[in-house]
Amino acid sequence: MKTIIPVGPYHPLQEEPELFKLFCDGETVVDIEWETGYNHRGIEKINESKTFEQIFFVVERICGICSTSHPFAYANAVEEIANVNVPDRAKYIRCIIGELERLHSHLLWVGLAGHFIGYNTVFMWAWKYREPVLDLFEIITGNRNSYAMFKIGGVRRDITAQQIPAIRKILNALKPKADLLFGAVLDDPVIHMRTKGIGILTKQDVIDYCAVGPTARASGLAIDIRKDDPYAAYGMLDWKVITAQEGDVFAKAAVRFLEIYESIKIIEQSLAAIEKLPEGDISAIVKNIPVGMGCGRAEAPRGEVFHFVKSDGSNSPVRHKIRAPSYVNVATFKKSCVGQSISDATLALAAVDPCYCCTERMAFAYDAYTKKKIMDGNDLIRHSQKRTEELKRKL
Amino acid sequence: MDTNFQLPSSDFPQIKKTLGFKEHCFKKSLWLYHFGGASCNNCDIEILDCLTPRYDVERFGMLLIGSVRHADVLLVNGSINTKCRDRLLEIYKQAPRPIVVVAIGACGCTGGIFAEGNTFAGPVDKIIPVDVYIPGCPPKPEAILAGIVNFLNKK
Amino acid sequence: MENEELIELLQFKFKINIEKVFIQYKNRVLMQIRQEKLMKIATYLYKDQGLRFIIASAMASDDKFEIIYHFSNDKTGLIVNLQVFLPREKPEIESLVPLFVAADWIEREMHELFGIRFLNHPNLVPLLSQGNWEPNAFPYAKNQKPKA
Repeated sequence: MKTIIPVGPYHPLQEEPELFKLFCDGETVVDIEWETGYNHRGIEKINESKTFEQIFFVVERICGICSTSHPFAYANAVEEIANVNVPDRAKYIRCIIGELERLHSHLLWVGLAGHFIGYNTVFMWAWKYREPVLDLFEIITGNRNSYAMFKIGGVRRDITAQQIPAIRKILNALKPKADLLFGAVLDDPVIHMRTKGIGILTKQDVIDYCAVGPTARASGLAIDIRKDDPYAAYGMLDWKVITAQEGDVFAKAAVRFLEIYESIKIIEQSLAAIEKLPEGDISAIVKNIPVGMGCGRAEAPRGEVFHFVKSDGSNSPVRHKIRAPSYVNVATFKKSCVGQSISDATLALAAVDPCYCCTERMAFAYDAYTKKKIMDGNDLIRHSQKRTEELKRKL
Repeated sequence: MDTNFQLPSSDFPQIKKTLGFKEHCFKKSLWLYHFGGASCNNCDIEILDCLTPRYDVERFGMLLIGSVRHADVLLVNGSINTKCRDRLLEIYKQAPRPIVVVAIGACGCTGGIFAEGNTFAGPVDKIIPVDVYIPGCPPKPEAILAGIVNFLNKK
Repeated sequence: MENEELIELLQFKFKINIEKVFIQYKNRVLMQIRQEKLMKIATYLYKDQGLRFIIASAMASDDKFEIIYHFSNDKTGLIVNLQVFLPREKPEIESLVPLFVAADWIEREMHELFGIRFLNHPNLVPLLSQGNWEPNAFPYAKNQKPKA
């Protein structure tokens, strides 16, 4: 008999809030289906009635975690149409904000993954170490989320000379904490048993599903928009793309861990570069947006964000198409979850980082067809946590 | 920033005034249930942030729980679109009485930036009665805590 | 392969099918193609050249629909945009799902937002609209701006 386990439906990104239905035969997941639209807010349509400057505030709120990546990609698209030369200082500031976002997003993911396998200590640790990063955001931009730093032609706020030592201090304090956390996580035998060989995506799967970001990089495909199509200051900095070959949950975690160090490296280099550039030169003047179309890309913590903007010369776009990375990454569940047991499927779902814990905010415990209560998201997490307990005992 | 303007409670106003039933119900640890509508995720993270070591609401006995049937407080954030409107109503129906409904964030209070969208079904208070409004985009964890504490201290 | 080479090769190979080529900016190229040839060119780009499908953007104007398929060459950073025009009366185009799975969701989305039909799509059921708007409303298809 096939049992349907609903996971969802609330999921926070723009087009991907969804209800996963895991079709199970006994313990094994045999198929997976989606139901989306819970979070459809009509952002693309709203943007057609906004001016180019106003759209920054809308795209920032597509996703609270990626609230730099979307404005970043959008700015790239519009600057491509208007052919703007962004001042170097603004480019570096953009990179700093983008990388700080990657830091906080990856730490957030580590915490949630820990929660899913029943290691709530990891959850608390990772989120504790994430707080200093949010403090940095508050120092630089004035808000913990939704930073409003971007504008066409540059950034809104400067990083002053007084702020730089404070930023360095917090970053330096973060490094040993990250070492500690990752050492503890990556050496844990239970975590090895839970994550290795689970939810494998082969390189060919990734190519078929056109997956991006850490999901693709963990399967040996070195796609990183920051390297492939350098934007802002990424072309002027020294850093490397992290890849792994295995494609399982462990590889995805490892890629994210190592990316945190690369991000810290990028921020340090950018800070050093900023110190040499004159203060205050943070924005180019853009008078109007000509007719044309632009494709802007940015590497969000989850992968490539793509914005397509078509302008007819007026002060608002004719069409604004947005593609968030989870839009393609979520589809890979069909490969990574099928054939896994239910408790591992939770983890495979979490490994893609489809924003965070749909499962935690399980609202509907009823199957849409039979109106029968089957199992809700918390049961699913509990199931996964029980499995960890069993493995722990075995050791 | 004014983080805790409130409208009069709509859930059993008479009982509250005369018997103190509601005060009695919310005297001990509050259990929270979190419903995220069509939101941008920011308020969701800030709510979770309240649970983590820096803010740590668990020291007050507040727990985020998985089923609304055990909850004293229903936290709602995000604009509500047509599709999740029915789900919100269903959750509200399942909740035990009395329940405090807290609308968190600009979208929860008014619809915010997404009120112009073609799928917008109304801010939270158009769908279910709301007791506490915590505005902000997103409200800081301190503001969320302050909002709930102010509600509890209200005489 | 360098960007210029790829563009020249495409022009040489699909001379008759590609109507116009605009080299927009550095690393961006826009090609207007006829809709019958979409599958052939997409197959060449995806299978032979190893380009990655990013997304497709549909647009509506008074007399026609327009779809732009975005492909990314991750080795050089080039984005190849294939532009297709569809008549308003009969918006039909061949589905790319048989070629790559990634086109599944976006074609379903375009179908319910614009009413464009994708031939040979295995599963053209609504993705977002269920419970949000009526099945045949096509909210993005009208070329009217929503009231501000």
